[in-house]
Amino acid sequence: MQKLFKGATIFLDRSDINTDEIIPAKYLTEVTKEALQPYMLEDLKLDGFDPQGEALANARVVVSRQNFGCGSSREHAPWVFEVNGVHTIIAESYARIFRQNMFNGGMLAIELPKSDIDKLFAMSQLGEVVIDVDVDGQKIAATVAGETTNFNFDISEFDKALVNAGGWVEFADERY
Amino acid sequence: MGKTIAEKIFESHLRDEPFEGTKVLALDRVLCHEITTPVAIADLEWRGKDRVFDKSKIKAVIDHVTPSKDSKTALQAKMLRDWARRHELKDFFDVGHNGVCHALFPEKGYIHPGFTVIMGDSHTCTHGAFGAFAAGVGTTDLEVGILKGVCAFREPATIRINLNGDLPQGVYAKDVILFVIGQLGVNGATDHVIEFAGDVVEKMSMEARMTLCNMAIEAGGTCGICMPDQVTVDYLWPFIQDQYQSKDAALEDYQKWQSDVDANYAKVLDFDLSSLEPHVTFDYKPDCVKPVAEMAGAPVDQIYIGTCTNGRIEDLRVAAAILKGRKIADSVRGIVSPATPKIFSQALNEGIIQIFMEAGFCVTNPTCGACLGMSNGVLSEGEVCASTSNRNFNGRMGKGGMVHLMSPATAAATAVAGVITDARAL
Ligand code: SF4
Repeated sequence: MQKLFKGATIFLDRSDINTDEIIPAKYLTEVTKEALQPYMLEDLKLDGFDPQGEALANARVVVSRQNFGCGSSREHAPWVFEVNGVHTIIAESYARIFRQNMFNGGMLAIELPKSDIDKLFAMSQLGEVVIDVDVDGQKIAATVAGETTNFNFDISEFDKALVNAGGWVEFADERY
Repeated sequence: MGKTIAEKIFESHLRDEPFEGTKVLALDRVLCHEITTPVAIADLEWRGKDRVFDKSKIKAVIDHVTPSKDSKTALQAKMLRDWARRHELKDFFDVGHNGVCHALFPEKGYIHPGFTVIMGDSHTCTHGAFGAFAAGVGTTDLEVGILKGVCAFREPATIRINLNGDLPQGVYAKDVILFVIGQLGVNGATDHVIEFAGDVVEKMSMEARMTLCNMAIEAGGTCGICMPDQVTVDYLWPFIQDQYQSKDAALEDYQKWQSDVDANYAKVLDFDLSSLEPHVTFDYKPDCVKPVAEMAGAPVDQIYIGTCTNGRIEDLRVAAAILKGRKIADSVRGIVSPATPKIFSQALNEGIIQIFMEAGFCVTNPTCGACLGMSNGVLSEGEVCASTSNRNFNGRMGKGGMVHLMSPATAAATAVAGVITDARAL
């Protein structure tokens, strides 16, 4: 599937959002990614968040705080985002396995400093934020109420190569 | 400048460095279970690459839901089983021979010092107890591991944790690791290897070291690791005696993996554990810990003793010593899952199963089931479980359920009292 790194953004204002919250274990019995589609963030504990709501349904980008994706190694967590068209996560920091799983699937797990994340959350108070990521330029353009703010980010050469190759299987198959 | 054990393992297994800081390692072990592997198998088939890099280095088990509970889990088991047969994996463990992966694979002698190990399971860090670099990975990494025998990592920085003093009577490895996670925080070791050292670790059995390393991931750690020593050699001896002339020779060989005294650490933490108390978690994160005494009296509905953290024979012995001649409270239900068939039959021979049953416990076959809320002890909304597992996330053992993590001793005492109880106060 062609990955798209732009679109409406949902803001999850909490640290340590874990993989059990992103996709509960009871759905790990599925053997296709597509079957996970209805269950994204079903068990997320967050005031005002509705897993069935429109904001999540429309979202193509997630912005959150620290240690996003901690817990289990289940790649079902990135997959449930993938099949819902969410191919970009922006957070202060990640759990290692989740971050690697995102890049391994050719998706983005972007880290921004706290000050930038704070700015994004402040923008979310003004209306719907639309984000557009330029992977090669390592730039994020965030637009709210007609105004665009730019952020620079850094991903490793390896992570960039994975995104450009479409994932780790493609990259490794070519090389090893 | 000297090197840490993790750096030595990285250096000896380096296959490629496609970009600075990205190390592609050759793998000694690729471990598989039925929850995360089937999607990798399906994807390999779809790509027309249904191959394995080395059938002797890949080990597979059906352990999370076993025997299968419904059509979907039966399909997962079947996909793994068919694949293991198709590729003639020698070491594939099915119903009757299967047990919790991180208890079963070490028990079979598959993990040796200096090895690189991956599995599609976050608690793969357990195997670092043998002085191996063992990391949990997702299904894509697992897939490439199966196909190519390699995995990419960032250069690991190491946090050294020196655990010193004499652990008080009635305080166990589980209490130590809960305390350490409380100190580090849930992301205190992200992208780091946690090296456990000090006299407390040196005196620990392999089982206790596995409990310690098992929960490194709960502080975000890539791997927990202990230095291979005499205890490691003694444990592995039945499996390595053809390889070495004597235990001394094995020990000498293993010593090459020891971290050098002048190795570089991201951080060194020293803890004196001489007055450590039994610990327990509250809330929904594994770093929310406090002494059991401060939680005493909190009600629970279910007791669960088992898992890759604390389902080994030593754990069952500790719990049985407390349960012997006692009954669990009427208000609670008790479930014990010996982690492997070997542990089960040892417990049977030692009379431990009998003690559990007389106390009122349900004894299940070796499986993970309840730990991740999939089978054999799922909680209902609003229920609380006192558990010897490693994760207390909201809904982990069932939607709306709550989990308190604790040692087998605390779990057994809690079963008897029906409320959270310090075993030393029973
Ligand atoms: S016992 Fe629990 S933590 Fe361990 S492998 Fe099984 S499900 Fe995972």
